[in-house]
Amino acid sequence: MKLLKFFLVGILFGIVMSKAEIISWYRIYEMFKFQAFHMYGIIGSAVILGMIMMTFFRRKVIKTFEGKDIIVPPKKPGIYRNLFGGILFGLGWGLAGACPGPMFVLLGQGVVAILVVIFGATFGAFLYGVFKEKLPH
Amino acid sequence: MEFITQPWDWYVAGPIIALIMFLLYYFGERFGVSHNLETFCSIGGAGRFLDYFKIDWRKNSWNLMFVAGAIAGGFIAAQWLTTSTEVAINPQTIEDLAAIGFKDAGATYLPNEIFGIENMLTLKGFLILLIAGIMVGFGARWAGGCTSGHAIVGLSNLELPSLIAVIGFFIGGLVMTWFILPLIF
Repeated sequence: MKLLKFFLVGILFGIVMSKAEIISWYRIYEMFKFQAFHMYGIIGSAVILGMIMMTFFRRKVIKTFEGKDIIVPPKKPGIYRNLFGGILFGLGWGLAGACPGPMFVLLGQGVVAILVVIFGATFGAFLYGVFKEKLPH
Repeated sequence: MEFITQPWDWYVAGPIIALIMFLLYYFGERFGVSHNLETFCSIGGAGRFLDYFKIDWRKNSWNLMFVAGAIAGGFIAAQWLTTSTEVAINPQTIEDLAAIGFKDAGATYLPNEIFGIENMLTLKGFLILLIAGIMVGFGARWAGGCTSGHAIVGLSNLELPSLIAVIGFFIGGLVMTWFILPLIF
């Protein structure tokens, strides 16, 4: 049960990524062409609701199911890591039309070619570990 | 059932994603998919080469279960919850894609020009998929997050690093879409 609940949340994630066509390469292309509101509406509404949620977390109005405080770990500061890492990620996102979440959903959809992308992404994470010390952060 | 089998609008999907984020924090964990890529490296034995990957990956089991669920969710949606995989994209998008050699844009979720098996089996096609993946994985770990960790959680939490990362996502995505894709195809 401890891990099963995460599996169930993952199923909901896979379904919503599919049903709202977030897994579609075309939706990402269309977003970067500014030709539809769809993706902006999804991310925007999630972020606005998320802001309200985070306020409740910070004020300890909402706690975990075990009654512990919810602490959202801060992101690491640094222009270089976030900007250069972000640009590289964006180039891949624009080309593959899938970020890490949708990649796995597409695997469940039976898309064989996404295996190459997932392998590449895992290898990319490994390469980051290799070059970490030499990169600006 | 029709409200489920038809495509879901943004105002349905956005709140559900917020709910998913809420549940993960309520269950005492976080929302961030790209972290799993590092966990895969650790499971695969990358810790033998680099201390960076020497972690007890079992403490990330919850996130691996989330990924397993995402795969199952994709399968469930494809098998039982979808009648058509046609994507109603902007007619202008279809025209723009036709101009760079993408046929029947929006007829299915993915372009055959990139994800078709016959294209995957060519050197160029294979490299496109592989390099796209490497950029996503390398970039996400360099930036310390992807769309979930930075764009959704980070922006919700008013994090400046996430704002910088999301600006980066868009610089990269715009350069790829407007300038590089027309050169590749």
